[in-house]
Amino acid sequence: MNAWILTLVTFIPTAGAILLMLLPRNDKNIRWTALIISVLAFAFSLYLPFAYSSESTSFHFEVNVPWIGQAIHYHMGADGVSMWLVLLTTFLVPLGVLVSWKSIHDRVKEFFVLFLLLETAMIGVFLALDMFLFYVFWEATLIPMALLIGMYGHERRIYAAVKFFLYTMVASVFMLAAILWLYTHTQPHTFDYVEVRKWLAAGQASAGAIKWLFLGFFIAFAVKVPLFPLHTWLPDAHVEAPTAGSLLLASVLLKMGTYGLLRFNVGMFPAEAQRQAPWINVLAIIGIIYGALVALVQPNLKKLIAYSSVSHLGFVVLGIFTFTQVGTDGAVYQMLNHGISTGALFMLAGMLYERKHTYELSAYGGLATPMPIYATFFLIVVLSSVGLPLLNGFVGEFLILNGAFQDKIIYGALAASGVIWSACYLLWMYQRVFYGPIVHEENKSLPDINGREQISLWPLAIMALVMGVASPMFMKSIDFSVGKITTAQKIISPTDNKAGALNSGNPVTAENKE
Amino acid sequence: MSPVTAGDYIRILPELVLTAFGCAVMILDPLLPAGKSRRSLGILSLIGTLAAIAAAFYQLNYYGLAWFDMVQVDSFSIFFHVLIPAISAICILASLEYLDRQKINSGEYYGLILFGTVGMVLMSSAIELVLIFIALEISSISTYVLAGYRRRTAISTESSIKYFLLGSFATAFFLYGVALMYGATQSTSIPKIAAALGNTEFSTLVFTATALMLIGLGFKIAAAPFHVWTPDVYEGAPAPIVAFMSTGPKAAAFAVLLRVLFGANVTGWFWLIWVSAVLSMTIGNLGALVQNNVKRMLAYSSIAHAGYVLVAFAAGKEIGLTAAIFYTAAYAAMNVGAFAVVSHFASTGEKYVSIDDYAGLGRRSPLLAFTLTIFLLSLIGIPLTGGFFAKYYVFSAALQENLIWLTIIGVVNSAIAAYYYLRLIVVMYMREPATDIAPEPVSPAMSTALVLAAIATLFLGIIPSSVLNYATKGAREVSNMSSQKAIATAATQNK
Repeated sequence: MNAWILTLVTFIPTAGAILLMLLPRNDKNIRWTALIISVLAFAFSLYLPFAYSSESTSFHFEVNVPWIGQAIHYHMGADGVSMWLVLLTTFLVPLGVLVSWKSIHDRVKEFFVLFLLLETAMIGVFLALDMFLFYVFWEATLIPMALLIGMYGHERRIYAAVKFFLYTMVASVFMLAAILWLYTHTQPHTFDYVEVRKWLAAGQASAGAIKWLFLGFFIAFAVKVPLFPLHTWLPDAHVEAPTAGSLLLASVLLKMGTYGLLRFNVGMFPAEAQRQAPWINVLAIIGIIYGALVALVQPNLKKLIAYSSVSHLGFVVLGIFTFTQVGTDGAVYQMLNHGISTGALFMLAGMLYERKHTYELSAYGGLATPMPIYATFFLIVVLSSVGLPLLNGFVGEFLILNGAFQDKIIYGALAASGVIWSACYLLWMYQRVFYGPIVHEENKSLPDINGREQISLWPLAIMALVMGVASPMFMKSIDFSVGKITTAQKIISPTDNKAGALNSGNPVTAENKE
Repeated sequence: MSPVTAGDYIRILPELVLTAFGCAVMILDPLLPAGKSRRSLGILSLIGTLAAIAAAFYQLNYYGLAWFDMVQVDSFSIFFHVLIPAISAICILASLEYLDRQKINSGEYYGLILFGTVGMVLMSSAIELVLIFIALEISSISTYVLAGYRRRTAISTESSIKYFLLGSFATAFFLYGVALMYGATQSTSIPKIAAALGNTEFSTLVFTATALMLIGLGFKIAAAPFHVWTPDVYEGAPAPIVAFMSTGPKAAAFAVLLRVLFGANVTGWFWLIWVSAVLSMTIGNLGALVQNNVKRMLAYSSIAHAGYVLVAFAAGKEIGLTAAIFYTAAYAAMNVGAFAVVSHFASTGEKYVSIDDYAGLGRRSPLLAFTLTIFLLSLIGIPLTGGFFAKYYVFSAALQENLIWLTIIGVVNSAIAAYYYLRLIVVMYMREPATDIAPEPVSPAMSTALVLAAIATLFLGIIPSSVLNYATKGAREVSNMSSQKAIATAATQNK
């Protein structure tokens, strides 16, 4: 089972997509099949945390078989970081299928085929340990996502899809160049992440080369995150994408960027990452504040959520590049939190759009009266996103800020202002949508969310609470794997004063003090 | 001189099979009633190409020299003896309904494809420059005629004449090169030239001869600066023939180029290839960016792809040669497929060839749109397609040989290229049809052609190992041609 589980989880959606292609065009059957397939993939992925044990090697459930020639391997494996990201993916896809139930009524078959193919590619990105394989999955996420935006999006969908595609494609070419360079310089030639990491840790590459390699990977990931000032594709893509597309884009695709930063930039070039950290942290902090300020003035609900993503992802990048164990742990946890809460926000926004066909905030107001259940869910999600204690957002932000203060007081101080800003724009948005008088007559009769919509929201609300109170359950494996990823820096710079910070913060105890 | 044996005939068996079928088509044509569809002859030619592929596989046990050391059967030649008839087969499948729709009722069309194929496959197994020249002419003359097959349209005739004039000019250059090479080495046989050049110093005469041959072959592969004819000829020629001539003669010319540059031990051409590669990639991609006609766009894209192959040439060594051989196969699969879709969609009189006509194709003909998407993604170089793996292999070869700048230029170019291929995908799936173009139903023959090409494209991207191993074998043979030992072993195998 252990050797097959990752392959199974990754390719169940592909098998489902092929099955869907062969099914006749009966929309109802296609929806149910897609739902069953995605639930099945989730069920299998649940095996991972149960079979996982922190106290052993870096990677679990490994498969490593030659794929093309001798150099390119099908090498998959999960550690504490990637395992939870895979679970996040498989957890969200069925919900994505549910929110698309009614809103996608044209070319239904193509939609779910693309959606399931996208799931395979996303899971593959998190699990691939061969860099060639990683690149293949990385690029494979691009086509389905661009098509989902371009085929099922709103008015300016073509512009958004092309912009999304070109931004990511061009950026990832730099990563490919870096991967190829590594391949041609390792002896024997290899794409294997573990081998290449060892090779680099042994100090085989020149400082100049490492700088370029770092930048090659960094550009690809920074566009995906998106880090300021490379974020401009994001609002367009989000506003134009269909709800399920926004959901996966925000919750999973952006995490691919931060995951890549952690796994490759920090994992492979720790010393260089530390050297470059100051300006990256500055960009991250600009992203936090700028994203929040822009979100504050958005008249459009979906754009507001999109800019809030820029702000929240800034936290994640900051956490990673503080080079403290707490900060990085918090960053990983925040990736999961953001997936849950922003995913939920996009789903909620989508439900509103299905009813009124607009995202403009001015079209709403006073919705708490006609839609009480909806308003309750929305409040839980907003509070989780704001970072209210006992809900998930708080844990991640707290740990990141903890790490940031350890790194430099000024980082922590500036980033903490982002928490305040996020409370401002989210609560103000909530007020404008749900409270006050009902200004538009037709809003009085807006139907509250139905059973299907509730089923798609309950899991998210529950997870927001569970991750808020039971964080050690997740944190144990995350903490262990983050340690493994960042240990290399101890070898390279034992005298560096930053290394001391590594052991200073124990997140589990920090959590228990709360 | 050794007497001709049965082995000699087996070593040209695919050529013999194709010629026999070609003659049969020509003889049967007048016996069929005039003005009726020649579909049956098309099917006969299809069987001919399949028989040629079978014959090529039969040759696997007959490696060695034949016909007074003019022909050499090895993994390299068999690779192209399978690839080129396969291209012809798919083009014939795509032509069956095309000819009916365009009301072209002539059997010679299929005969010419077969004869053209004979020339192309012979180019890959000939190791004697004069024989190569003859093979080149056989293939060229067939394609000159085929380019002008839409006789009622001026643009097709223009295409044919342009192709003919420039083409004969180019082959004259090639012949001139052969003559100078003979002057320098007293031989026209590639192994003998290699032996004669041995470790001699750089000679201007040999360099001139190589450069002239490069011009001739550069024309055939549409590499810049010998590419000017390409867009016009591709625009005018019948679409299935464009599928054929943008892949078949190119594959054959690349085979010859590999044998001449790496088999004959000539040196000093590195910068010629380097410059040509950069020019081809850049001109091809920039040219394609501004095209509104799909055929012209694909014409420029084929110039760019020739550039990528030349990058592999510049890298040289075993890995570069392997990359070049593999690239020709991947390119053939995706380009034949793309032009097959274009030829079907173009409809009677090739009305619909502008990019805007493709709007909403994803809705109106899912099969056409889906397969074309696979081909375009492969042309962009998206993973899991043959195009990606081929490109990856080319650039990793170049990096391994430290051609950093060439790699950078190539990578930047392929990023630019993504834009214009993507435009077509966007139009197909994301725009609503502006006009009421109803694509004609896809016939079984056409869907077979499309599905085969799509499968080949994906196969080369997902499990390329087998083809790659075979390409490596071919690359090793070509680079060993110049060593005396290889000739000796080849000669003993002959007995």
